[in-house]
Amino acid sequence: MSATTPDTSNSVAEPMLDLSRPKGIRTITNVVMTGLFWAAAVIAIIPLIWILFSVVAKGLPVILNPNWWIMDLSRASDRSASRPGGALHAIIGTVEIGAITGLIAVPLAILGAIFLVEYARGKRSAKIVSFMVDILTGVPSIVAALFIYALMIGILGMRRSGLAAALALVLLMLPTVLRSTEEMLKLVPDSLREASYALGVPKWKTILKVVIPTCFSGISTGVVLGFARVMGETAPLLILVAYARTLSVDPMSDTIGTLPTMINVGRDVPEKFVGYDRVWGAALTLIIIVMGLNLIARAIAASSKVKNK
Amino acid sequence: MPEKLWSETATDTEPGLTAAGHVPSQPADPANTAGSSTVESPLEQKTNLVTVEPTPAPVPGVKLAKVTKGPDRTFKAMTQAAGFLIVALVAFIGVFLVMQAAGSLARNQANFFTSTEWVVQGGDRFAFGILGLLWTTVFTSIIALLIAVPISMGIALLLTQFLRGRVGKTIGFMIDLLAAVPSIIYGLWGIKVFGQALLPGYEWLNKNLGFIPLFKQEISSAGNVMTASLVLAIMILPIITALSRDIFEQTPRDHIEAALALGATKWEVIRTAVLPYGRSGTIAASMLGLGRALGETVAVMIILSSTQDKRISPSLLSGGETFASKIASAAGEFDDARKTGAYIAAGLVLFVVTFVVNAVARVIADRGKAKA
Repeated sequence: MSATTPDTSNSVAEPMLDLSRPKGIRTITNVVMTGLFWAAAVIAIIPLIWILFSVVAKGLPVILNPNWWIMDLSRASDRSASRPGGALHAIIGTVEIGAITGLIAVPLAILGAIFLVEYARGKRSAKIVSFMVDILTGVPSIVAALFIYALMIGILGMRRSGLAAALALVLLMLPTVLRSTEEMLKLVPDSLREASYALGVPKWKTILKVVIPTCFSGISTGVVLGFARVMGETAPLLILVAYARTLSVDPMSDTIGTLPTMINVGRDVPEKFVGYDRVWGAALTLIIIVMGLNLIARAIAASSKVKNK
Repeated sequence: MPEKLWSETATDTEPGLTAAGHVPSQPADPANTAGSSTVESPLEQKTNLVTVEPTPAPVPGVKLAKVTKGPDRTFKAMTQAAGFLIVALVAFIGVFLVMQAAGSLARNQANFFTSTEWVVQGGDRFAFGILGLLWTTVFTSIIALLIAVPISMGIALLLTQFLRGRVGKTIGFMIDLLAAVPSIIYGLWGIKVFGQALLPGYEWLNKNLGFIPLFKQEISSAGNVMTASLVLAIMILPIITALSRDIFEQTPRDHIEAALALGATKWEVIRTAVLPYGRSGTIAASMLGLGRALGETVAVMIILSSTQDKRISPSLLSGGETFASKIASAAGEFDDARKTGAYIAAGLVLFVVTFVVNAVARVIADRGKAKA
């Protein structure tokens, strides 16, 4: 008998399956819980549709005007629709700062991932770098911006610039691209590397010509998603570069217009003025760019050679 | 394919062979090509190729290929430099923020941790404290987490235990798209559309439940803590869902089937097999979501109205400022070092808080993995 006496201290923690309860109650609980799970999904999808609907409904008329894509706001007024204007300056600014960010972050992230997987796997140095990347993943964008501000403007005494904003964005793009590249490199089977070594191919060439081509599409997916993340980011742009209504392509300039800052600057314009509509136009343009990048990433991932899972 | 690889390597790493030019690449054999560095004329090379043993075992006295280490070393050094740079960057974030904040902290006339005052414009009085910012930051994030976690778990369970086909994929895709919406658009939508729609509800709450401090309406606009928390909840929902999905998917098939064999309903399977298995993972996922919410900047900055009243309010229908929103909204006026230092000090606290939350999440996740 003593063997069957349950040890209460143990059994309390474990959820017990009580099959003696009436079948009806169990069935009802099951149905109710299943309904709640479905409700959760519906609750989460409502905001997505609502946001997309609001932005498209208010922004579509604005971006359908061809001036939107070929003019900046240098001569336009927020309060009068008589002088035409567009978002060319902001679109160019967003793409330009994104490109500079990518130019710095992508090589650094890929080299870092190669270091982690190919050279330092299982070593202490890999653990330290990996830990630091984890921290970087959690750094809020405003802190990254303050760090670059402290470094470039506070300590080095430089002015604000598009480049400074790009450097802050590098901190945000780096962990995204590095982690996805790392995952992809790990998926490449060791037999491929060994086959290459057996032929006498040196390690660096094995990495560049065997490992990376094998998981190239996976790496590109991560890179595109990294771009999607930084191009919608606003906080570093607020702190590190001022908004300009005029097209300016010099990355060292301290005033560059971008889509997120265009939204931020115009959000207080009252609803009856044309500037209000332009805010929604900018929002729609930004969503098109960011979601477009996400869909491209998905398409690349779908055609990938090495599948995750 | 391997043949091509070899010939490429040979031509690149062995200048002697390139000079030999028209050497047929087919007998590619490491040991043989190795010998080629001593061979000068194409003719001799050819005879050498014919006479050599097909599989030369490393015989004592035979000198094998001289492997060129140059490019290998350079490449390795480049990757090491990248790794080192990342470590240095993260270490410098803390160091530089401390350096820039130190001067202002030294001249601060209020207690940095217990004051709610924020007077940093020129003049005699220079005093700043983070208590108000800390309260609003934590308050909005916790409310957001309380809303987001049950919904995320529900979706993750639905997608892993109930739907595995096309419908599940579509729902998963839409949840992922939520993560792709830029935060400034969440802010814009939150204040101009979502908040306006909620305004009658807030008024009703105030009228009927206003005697509870939680629902006392302190600002009349929709830019209150509740709107900010709801939008934050939508923003952190995709990450918590994605991480929990990964965990639930790994529930051992045996556990699920054992429960089913005992006659458990689907919900009982989840309660007895899936949830206990995923507990540490979902806690870690929620903490990572919390880290996101604490550091979210622009959406909160746009939605939350700042108030003159710097008192700490327990009401959902009050305004306020979080660390991130305070810093971002003051970004335009970073002109003198003393004032900027105050904001950088606030940023430093935010960095430490998010760091701790994320580190705890990692530890919980790692422990869970070790147990499983």
